[in-house]
Amino acid sequence: MGYTWNWHVFLEPSPEGGTYLSFLLDGLLWTLATAAAAWLLALAAGSAVGVMRTLPWRWARGLGTAYVEIFRNIPVLVQLFLWYFVVPEIIPAAWGNWLKALPDASFYTAVTAIGLYMSSRVAEQVRAGIQSLPPGQQMAAAALGLSPAQAYRHVLLPVAYRLILPPLTSEMLATIKNTAVAMTIGLLELTNRARAIQEYTFQVFEAFTAAVVIYLALNIAVTCAMRLLEHRLAVPGLIRTK
Amino acid sequence: MMTDFDYAVIVDSLPYLIGEGLLFTITLTAVATVGGLILGTLIAVMRLSRRTPLPQLAALYVNLLRALPLVLVIFLFYFLVPYFGQWLLNTDQPVKVGAYYSAFITFTLFEAAYFSEIMRAGIQSIPRGQIAAGQALGLSSWQVMVNIVLPQALRNMLPVIITQTIVLFQDTSLVYVLSLTDFLGAASKVAQREGRLTELYLFAAAVYFIVSFSASRLVARLKSHASLAAKPQ
Repeated sequence: MGYTWNWHVFLEPSPEGGTYLSFLLDGLLWTLATAAAAWLLALAAGSAVGVMRTLPWRWARGLGTAYVEIFRNIPVLVQLFLWYFVVPEIIPAAWGNWLKALPDASFYTAVTAIGLYMSSRVAEQVRAGIQSLPPGQQMAAAALGLSPAQAYRHVLLPVAYRLILPPLTSEMLATIKNTAVAMTIGLLELTNRARAIQEYTFQVFEAFTAAVVIYLALNIAVTCAMRLLEHRLAVPGLIRTK
Repeated sequence: MMTDFDYAVIVDSLPYLIGEGLLFTITLTAVATVGGLILGTLIAVMRLSRRTPLPQLAALYVNLLRALPLVLVIFLFYFLVPYFGQWLLNTDQPVKVGAYYSAFITFTLFEAAYFSEIMRAGIQSIPRGQIAAGQALGLSSWQVMVNIVLPQALRNMLPVIITQTIVLFQDTSLVYVLSLTDFLGAASKVAQREGRLTELYLFAAAVYFIVSFSASRLVARLKSHASLAAKPQ
């Protein structure tokens, strides 16, 4: 191959001060911060919408369905652009200017866009989890005199969350991967920094190999942590728990 | 504000948005679906084979690609494919591939990883008796796979395959990072040129929504149809 490898590039000083290695690891921190914040948003909004889709009221189910269909049928990149370019224009001018002047605007935009996009997928998992429970659970809760809210809080959700941990792990990994899309609005996360190193130094394969290794490590770490959690939270007496 | 929403800019650029942008998006989706499905089926068969390096290699490929963000893979392949071509064709210089063909190669290879998992699930859902019956008829294991197992696996997995194609259709918007003129790229170029970001991005969102939503309705109908067909008579 006509390519000259130079792994020492990571020890060379970057234009931002520090070495290229610290430059890349800084990107990892942005990836982690964005993914963590987006995941919390996805989990909160997704749980609310997922629950709505199982409620006995037609309007609540309809609203939840509309939410899910809108957020999952528009590409995440388009949603990101809508939040970044369009929302500041269509809200009152004073708010729009405040939004545009916000420091780290690309970070907040990425968290909002990716968080809400992922929330539609989390909502589907939460709904599936609740609906997979035998109807007797809800009836038993009602027979004990629990209000519907109490039934969700103390009976349905605790079991449903434990059942959907494996798919939630995939959604969590998807959230991490989706943060790379935010490079298009200038967020200096991992993929963006790998690309920047390629532009500064032309050592494209070192930069991207390092990013690949970091993403893999991140994946393995999350998967292992969630396995552990699954094991600890397994519902006793089900086929899947030994 | 929404009061000066300019419909004309969308209407005027419609031939470009649809004829160039959406056409490329659909071509890329179609090529990557067909290519990814063929390659993915091969990988799935490899993964279920018992010859030692094959399942491990297939698993490595699938798990590696599924762990990486698509944006990263788009860049990586954009830079990697020319060198790979040089090695493959034994030329002096890296082969000039360009962003356009690089996108087709990347999406086909990337989607193959996802389709292979779908096809693996499909193959594993076929009762063993089917294979035994094929062998009893004197078919070779290759013939059993191609004539008996794969057609049923494909049919059973059709809703999941279409769902993945909808995801792929949305994901092709990421070729934006290579400055290609897919549907979003076209909308973005018009938006920048005319200074009409609100109109163009809302229009793009609406088109993606209509296509994806209609396709997902089709999947829902297919699923209810399949579950009816699966009911014992």
